[in-house]
Amino acid sequence: MSGNKAQNEKRTADAIIVGGGVHGASAAYHLAKEGASVALFEKGYLSSGGSGRSAAGLRQHFGTEVNCRLAKYNLECFPTLQNDLGGELDLEFTQWGYLWVAYTEESMTQLEKNVSLQKSLDIPSENLTPGEMKRRWPYLNVERMIGAAFCAKDGHINPHTLTMAYGRAAEKLGARIFTYTPADKLLASRGRITGVQVAGESWSAPRVLLTAGPWSTALAASVGVELPVTSERHNLLVTEPIEPFNCPMTLCLDDGAYFKQVPNGSFFFGRDDPDEPKTIESGNSAKFLEGVTKSVLQRIPALAGVRVIHQWSGPYDVTPDHQAIIDWTPVEGLWVNCGWSGHGLQFGPSGGRLAKEMFFGEKTFVDIRNFRLSRFEEGDLFMEPAFI
Amino acid sequence: MMKEDDVIICRCEEITLEEIRSWIGKGYRHFDELKRILRVGMGPCQGRGCRDIILRELAKATGEPLDKIDPGTIRPPVKPIKLGLCAYGKEGSSI
Ligand SMILES: Cc1cc2nc3c(=O)[nH]c(=O)nc-3n(C[C@H](O)[C@H](O)[C@H](O)COP(=O)(O)OP(=O)(O)OC[C@H]3O[C@@H](n4cnc5c(N)ncnc54)[C@H](O)[C@@H]3O)c2cc1C
Repeated sequence: MSGNKAQNEKRTADAIIVGGGVHGASAAYHLAKEGASVALFEKGYLSSGGSGRSAAGLRQHFGTEVNCRLAKYNLECFPTLQNDLGGELDLEFTQWGYLWVAYTEESMTQLEKNVSLQKSLDIPSENLTPGEMKRRWPYLNVERMIGAAFCAKDGHINPHTLTMAYGRAAEKLGARIFTYTPADKLLASRGRITGVQVAGESWSAPRVLLTAGPWSTALAASVGVELPVTSERHNLLVTEPIEPFNCPMTLCLDDGAYFKQVPNGSFFFGRDDPDEPKTIESGNSAKFLEGVTKSVLQRIPALAGVRVIHQWSGPYDVTPDHQAIIDWTPVEGLWVNCGWSGHGLQFGPSGGRLAKEMFFGEKTFVDIRNFRLSRFEEGDLFMEPAFI
Repeated sequence: MMKEDDVIICRCEEITLEEIRSWIGKGYRHFDELKRILRVGMGPCQGRGCRDIILRELAKATGEPLDKIDPGTIRPPVKPIKLGLCAYGKEGSSI
């Protein structure tokens, strides 16, 4: 983005960040704001990884307390974030709601459990009957639906401009952001991080933050840190824009299909597919198009005449319990924030704040012990029941 | 006469040459970055109308030869098709 050229630069910083998705960019912003000197390396453009490929749904519907608390904070930040980050880019934030639809008693019971946890934390979620859904969204086909969980404050943001706006604001605060500049590997000596290698040159920093999404695994391994983070490819399609009618993000728990309208009037469709290759590479599945349109048109038949414009895919960075890893690693000075397992875009605001608090040795604003790296060794997993 | 800057170069999103030049001036130096900010190349025409013009502007601004400018990604389907056709092989809904 900045057109900075890594060759002519002073190759030291207080903190080096590897990976310019939403988490890296937000961390750069929060660190620079507190006066740390920051260098961020991104192998493509900011948001070229999972962040820009996401459906960018923002929600407070989670089934673990720590995620609910962080999600609540995210939703407190989003309404003013565009201005807070300088106002140059349009973040297209909307609050058209997020609907989780149950087709079995079992998933309805789980949704009710999640909603009562959310309510106990002052998140304005509610349970709905099919009748109530039909009344609010007459265009939905509620056949076979048993009920739903809904939060009207949830919504959508443009994941590209969100990430770029964090990067831009960080630069204005003095952070150096190098796009199209991959880090070759991390550097450590005697159990301490010393920096990173970029285009054959060493850059030194006493602290390095790894926010490379699914690419974090290989980078961490370059200094002997093992991250149980694997890749899964997920697909999306976007339609031509039609008159906006504020269709909320609607997620169908029978086959994992979801759809929503975005502010320019286009629809996004996505759908889980266990047969998708477990790969970090993006690519296109022809099969996705037929499967997802069949499934979504059943729930919202009125869209049959709308045209699909294109499809894309991106990698989830998945952990065994579908929860992020936010922790210092056994290599002193190296900390990670990755493994968001398909719901990490919306955690950009809290992820950056936590990275800053960890860097300065402050008490984190939410207790994040659950996200520690050693939980996998200890067998102390904490499954997130609300994942897609 | 219309100023060159006012020319709409992306008809899908109504983006003018001036807007393109101004974002390039702010430091966004890749087609894929401009696409993410302005939606150029994301519309139904997939950039058929605007891509070459924008690549030329990028070449001018960066001083790189045109054939060194990354043209960005083009995604399927190449022509927009109706969802009903994707799902059922015909345009109407089957339910
Ligand atoms: C189809 C799909 C739908 C999704 N839907 C949602 C949703 O609705 N809501 C939600 O919150 N989340 C969603 N997600 C998940 C979300 O995209 C991710 O959890 C989130 O973007 C992770 O952000 P990140 O910054 O950790 O990683 P990323 O955005 O993946 O960033 C990592 C960056 O590291 C860079 N990198 C890699 N290797 C190197 C290197 N060697 N040197 C320098 N840089 C490097 C990459 O280029 C990349 O930009 C979805 C994901 C997909 C794929």
